Order: sequence, then C-alpha cells, then structure tokens
Amino acid sequence: MSGELKETPLREVHVELGAKMVGFSGWDMPIRYGSILQEHKAVREGAGAFDISHMGQFFVEGPDAASWLNKLLTNNLDKLGEGEGHYTFLLNEHGGVIDDLLLYRIRENSFLLVVNASKIAEDYAWMKAHRKGEVEFKDCSEEVAGMAVQGPRSTDVYSRMMGGRTLPPRNGVDDFEVEGQRILVCRTGYTGEDGFEFFSASGGGAHWFRSALSDGAAPCGLGARDTLRLEMCYPLNGSDLSPERSPLEAGLAFFVDLEKGEFMGRGALVAQKSQGLKERLVAIRCLEAGPPIRPGAVVQDREGNEISRLTSGTLSPSLGVGIGLSYLPKALAKVGTELRIEVRGRNIPAEVVKKPFYKKG
Amino acid sequence: MNVPEKLRYTSDHEWVRIEGNIATVGITDHAQEELSDVVFVELPSVGLAVGSGDSIAVVESVKAASEIYAPINGEVVEINTEVENDPSIINGSPYEEGWIFKLRFDEKSDLEDLLDAGNYEDLIH
Repeated sequence: MSGELKETPLREVHVELGAKMVGFSGWDMPIRYGSILQEHKAVREGAGAFDISHMGQFFVEGPDAASWLNKLLTNNLDKLGEGEGHYTFLLNEHGGVIDDLLLYRIRENSFLLVVNASKIAEDYAWMKAHRKGEVEFKDCSEEVAGMAVQGPRSTDVYSRMMGGRTLPPRNGVDDFEVEGQRILVCRTGYTGEDGFEFFSASGGGAHWFRSALSDGAAPCGLGARDTLRLEMCYPLNGSDLSPERSPLEAGLAFFVDLEKGEFMGRGALVAQKSQGLKERLVAIRCLEAGPPIRPGAVVQDREGNEISRLTSGTLSPSLGVGIGLSYLPKALAKVGTELRIEVRGRNIPAEVVKKPFYKKG
Repeated sequence: MNVPEKLRYTSDHEWVRIEGNIATVGITDHAQEELSDVVFVELPSVGLAVGSGDSIAVVESVKAASEIYAPINGEVVEINTEVENDPSIINGSPYEEGWIFKLRFDEKSDLEDLLDAGNYEDLIH
C-alpha cells in the first residue's frame, strides 16, 4: 500500500512511535499513534502535535503580489498588515471552491499560502495560468516540513521549544532563523484550540517534531485531526467543499468580501446571493447515543424521504453522539429541523444545530 | 499480542470459548488493537438462528465499522448488554468481560473449521 505513497520528513518519528499509517491525499500519514479518543482529548485539554508536512506552501513576492492575490482570493488582502494572516478561498469562474487556504502577509510584498495536500498541483497550475504583473511565485511544498501543535498548553510547549520565545498573535505569522534555518510559525490551526503551525526546512522537521513531543505535546494522527475539526464544523476540501459548491453555500461568507472589487468567481457569487441560496451546508447532530454516522450516509426528512447525504460524519468524542455535515435544501436547513440519518437500515433521529458542535467550557 | 491457548479462533479475528454446547464469541486482542477505541456495538437478538459466516453483530471504532460473523451454526442464547452500554470494555478486556454473544450449537463437527491458538498466531504474524 505504501509503494506509491509519498513519505513526509517526519516519518522516522512515526515509525519509532509505532504509528498506524494510512494513505491520505497521496501521502503515507499517521492516522493514530495509540487511541484516537485519547489523542482528541490531549488536544482539547493539553497539547497535541500533528505532522502536516503533506500540506503545500507557496511563496509569492514582488510589487504586484498583493494586487494579483487579491484578484484570485475571496477574502480582502488589504486588511492584512505585515505579520498577519487569514482564511480565504481560491475559486473557479463559477464561484466553486478549488481550495480553502491560509494566506499570510509576511512582509508588505511577501506572502505565504498554506494549501491542502490534495490540491497543491491544481492550485499551482491554476494560479500560474492566471498570473498577472510583476510577481515571483514558487511552490516550496517539497522542501518544507510542517507540524501543528494544538491545545490549551501549546503556548507552553512553544516557549519551552524555543527558549522563551513567544508566539505571534492569533492568525499572525513569525518569520525568523534558528542556526541559519528559516522558520515560519503561524498562530492558527484546524482543531478549535489555541495553537500554531510550524514550518521548517524538511531536513529539520523530525528534530522539531521530537522537540515538541519532549516539551509536552502528545503525538496525534489524522483520526483525531478529523474528529477535532468536525466538532468545530471546519470544512474538509474534497468532502465538504468542492468545485460545484460556493463558499456561500458552505456557510463561509465571512471569508468572502464581495465589496473589495473584482476577483475570480465574484460575479457568480453575486448572482447566487441575489437569487438566494438553494442549499446550505448544515451541522447535524444525533439526538441520542448511537452508532457513528459516516460520510455518505443518507439524510432523510422526518417523513423518511431521502434528501441528501453526509459530506462528513463521525462520533463526536467530546459530545458522545454522532455529528455530521450535509448540504440541505433551504427549507430544511433551519436550526431545529428534525432529520434522520440512515445507518445499516436503521434511522437515527437527528436535528439541524447551530455551528459549531463543540464550544469550550 | 495476547492469544489464549484454551480458546478457538476464526480468520475474521473472533475468538470462541466452547463450554458444553455453548460457544461464547468475542473479538481478539489483535482485532481490538487494530480497531482501536470501540465506540459502538450492535448486538444480535436473543433467539436468532444463525448460520456459520452470517454477519450478526457490528463493532465500530471512530474510523471503521467491523462486522462480526457467526463462527458456527446455532442459536443466539445470550448477549452482553454491558458492552452495548460501555463499548470500551472490548478494548480493556477482549477475552473476558468483552464477550459479545453466546450461541447454542448442536453439531460438534462445526467446530473443526475453527483455528487453534497456534494457527491464529501464525495468521496475525
């Protein structure tokens, strides 16, 4: 199985720790080291470290970098000062999602884009095809190792790792060198907890991952990453987002600035908004303890008519019930709407709830 | 990996304890380790007549659902509702408190297809 899968620079640590590996977006990745439930808990209550070396890093520089990126991405880049970042979308002409990503303004004319592993080649080709003006645009994904440290104790882990250095503010980026090696640290994550993403040259990745573990983070795999992100209703591209769905339908209009001027996909979004959204990605929570609900499960209305399928689904470790996401027609997308999720011929009672599923405290 | 000598096994990673004409069935230590945290168990109904190889229960972890097959022909005479209430018992005690169902069987010859501990160890190594 691992024959055609790519290996990350942190692989030697995964092997030492006895991780269970799985194929994900063409990479051989740890799904868990021990128990997914314990890894989930480590992040909610302490700190956990994830290998995110599979993700892509693009660097954009030059006098026209800002204006070019602002015409390709949905969020308003003019709001970003140096050292600040935000979540944004790369859309096609029809307003469909090619990728969701984090954009950081490292310096006035220097940007970092962190993109999904499965979309590196597609994003790069799309952006290259639409390149305008004086910009230098590089895909450095192959040369970069990444880890995410997440959880309420992650600031302590960072301080111990870096000899007292403090993290950049929320959504910020810090660009510095350690022994001549460039380090980029972003105060962000995919779990709903405080934390950071840490990028280094690939050769140094295993060292930094071991350092996070010895400074108090538990190794965590993709299994916990999925339960943590789904409790927060963070979308997974390829499951909850697709080229046929807009960020408005996905309920992520907050990251789309229709007033900032022209950008790729804007016309389609404006039209969609003025016609009214037909469907919305909603959060569905089972009303009682039961089997995990999984992606692809049939969603029924209260009369038992099949109306859609789950794009994501799991058993929430924090809540102890099945949770999932699904695109539902507007009439059924209201909070409190009764639904049923079909699992092996049984209909599990569920309802539409407010996002996110999980709130701290 | 714990593979008790006195039990019989299937290639689907179930163990079978034979006492008289009653077969107690659960999943092996290897199976619970592979599945990781068991979060849901679906039990068969008492009284159900089952054929060898029928899928009659489901054990689910966070990431996967795993079917449990009847290892022999028989009738379900008892189910472990404790594991339904607390599925993690299967991880903590796969061979004792984590048993899943009991079958009454008539044909001793059905047992011949089951693996002994040595054969099962060969299978998982």
